[in-house]
Amino acid sequence: MFLGHAITAQQLFGQLLIGLINGSFYALLSLGLAVIFGMLNIVNFAHGALYMMGAFVAYFLLHEFGLNYWWALIGSPLIVGAFGALIERTLLVRLRALDPLYSLLLTFGLALMIQGLFQNYFGASGMPYAIPPQLAGAHNLGFMFLPNYRAWVIGFSALVCFATWFLIEKTRVGAYLRAATENPTMTRALGLNVPRMITLTYGFGVGLAALAGVLAAPINQVRPGMGADVIAVVFAVVVIGGMGSILGSIITGFTLGIVEGLTKVFYPEASNTVVFVIMAVVLLIKPAGLFGKVV
Amino acid sequence: MAKAEPAAPTLAVSGLQAWYGESHVLHGVDFEVRPGEVVTLLGRNGAGKTTTLKAIMGIVGKRRGSVVFAGRQTIGLTSDRIARLGMAICPEERAIFASLSVRENLLLPPRITPTGGLTLERIFALFPNLAERLASGGGKLSGGEQQMLAIARILRTGARFLMLDEPTEGLAPVIIRQIGQTIAELKREGFTILLVEQNFGFAATVSDRYYVMEHGRIELGLANADLDANAMEQLHVRLGV
Repeated sequence: MFLGHAITAQQLFGQLLIGLINGSFYALLSLGLAVIFGMLNIVNFAHGALYMMGAFVAYFLLHEFGLNYWWALIGSPLIVGAFGALIERTLLVRLRALDPLYSLLLTFGLALMIQGLFQNYFGASGMPYAIPPQLAGAHNLGFMFLPNYRAWVIGFSALVCFATWFLIEKTRVGAYLRAATENPTMTRALGLNVPRMITLTYGFGVGLAALAGVLAAPINQVRPGMGADVIAVVFAVVVIGGMGSILGSIITGFTLGIVEGLTKVFYPEASNTVVFVIMAVVLLIKPAGLFGKVV
Repeated sequence: MAKAEPAAPTLAVSGLQAWYGESHVLHGVDFEVRPGEVVTLLGRNGAGKTTTLKAIMGIVGKRRGSVVFAGRQTIGLTSDRIARLGMAICPEERAIFASLSVRENLLLPPRITPTGGLTLERIFALFPNLAERLASGGGKLSGGEQQMLAIARILRTGARFLMLDEPTEGLAPVIIRQIGQTIAELKREGFTILLVEQNFGFAATVSDRYYVMEHGRIELGLANADLDANAMEQLHVRLGV
């Protein structure tokens, strides 16, 4: 595995850090996909484009309204989430009675439209978004330098993932969601407004994507193509973890980020494809995904 | 002195038709349930009893006709609106949510009015087994426990009109007796109940009136007072028991 040259501790921890960062985004994005898939039974192909919108809204909030990163962290998910709810209420709801394939095609079309629009106005090159001053700088941990913003991204993502898991598994609101996911007809017959829950769930999943976009803005540049770059890996993560599993998507996201990082250290040629190779293996051994329920 | 007007029926079904996809299952069902009554729908498998309950609740594919509940036309309403008007269904398959705990199942349905519905105390008095199983997953309960949970769940909402689809199916005699006692108790408290039962013996212990369904229609209506030998003979023939 050590291809002739020594790996320094610096390199290893450097790549592990990048791996954890990527893992944070994989976890947040696949979590949003899992929440949407569980409730609506559709694969939200627009997820990458909405992640990109989240970053752009942060950019606009700063440059048009002077609202800084911390405002964007709340504002962008709310704005893009509301946009998502609008999409569900006006478009996706009409396809609900049909084969899920139609909803898939619709979200795919939306992704192309959104990305195309942004690319038209902003070109393909990226725009910078500054790291918020409160998170600038780094800490010297001895074996490596840990940039504060990177540590924040990892910690905050983990917190959001845990909070979402807790909300769904341990609270009353989560019980409504789990019931409506399991048996929407009966849930509705007990008096709960299931269509409204579906709209809010889609909005919530989209909000998670937008949140990831805000977190990503200071690290990657704010580009129309940033969603498309990451979405293929995120789908692979969701397939590996299991399509509807909340916990599965979180654990798999972080783990695969680390695996990707380690691959970059020890066998860089495979780093782009390792996630897909793992996906192929999982599909052969356990098609429902590592944490998926075999129906 | 003027004679008292009979109370308006709690539920008045007229010309109810229903489809599952292309399949035309109900061909014009007419019957009514009066306040405080227990009415049983009898009939063979496939007669349309379950479909009737589902059509009244609004959870069937397509329906037409008239369903007037507590003075309101509900044929065009969604099932959650109907539930919030005070109607509740306990389906044949019980539909306990396996991804929820027993406690979560019990507390899931919203209360129609803030004060309506049985208190948890009262529910646990009716169904002591449930109190012990609150933390269990919904899917881990026995058939009898699931049935009790399904009934307890709708009692909490404050709905006063209950539709119970084969509540005794597949259950042990001791639990069947307990359910019979529960229904009798609810009747004493003024609940109105529409029951679907294959087990005529059980139905006879709680029902005031019966309707016999065949091929998606009501063919016969009987009250307890009408159950002479002749009527029982007819029932035996129609129900095939």
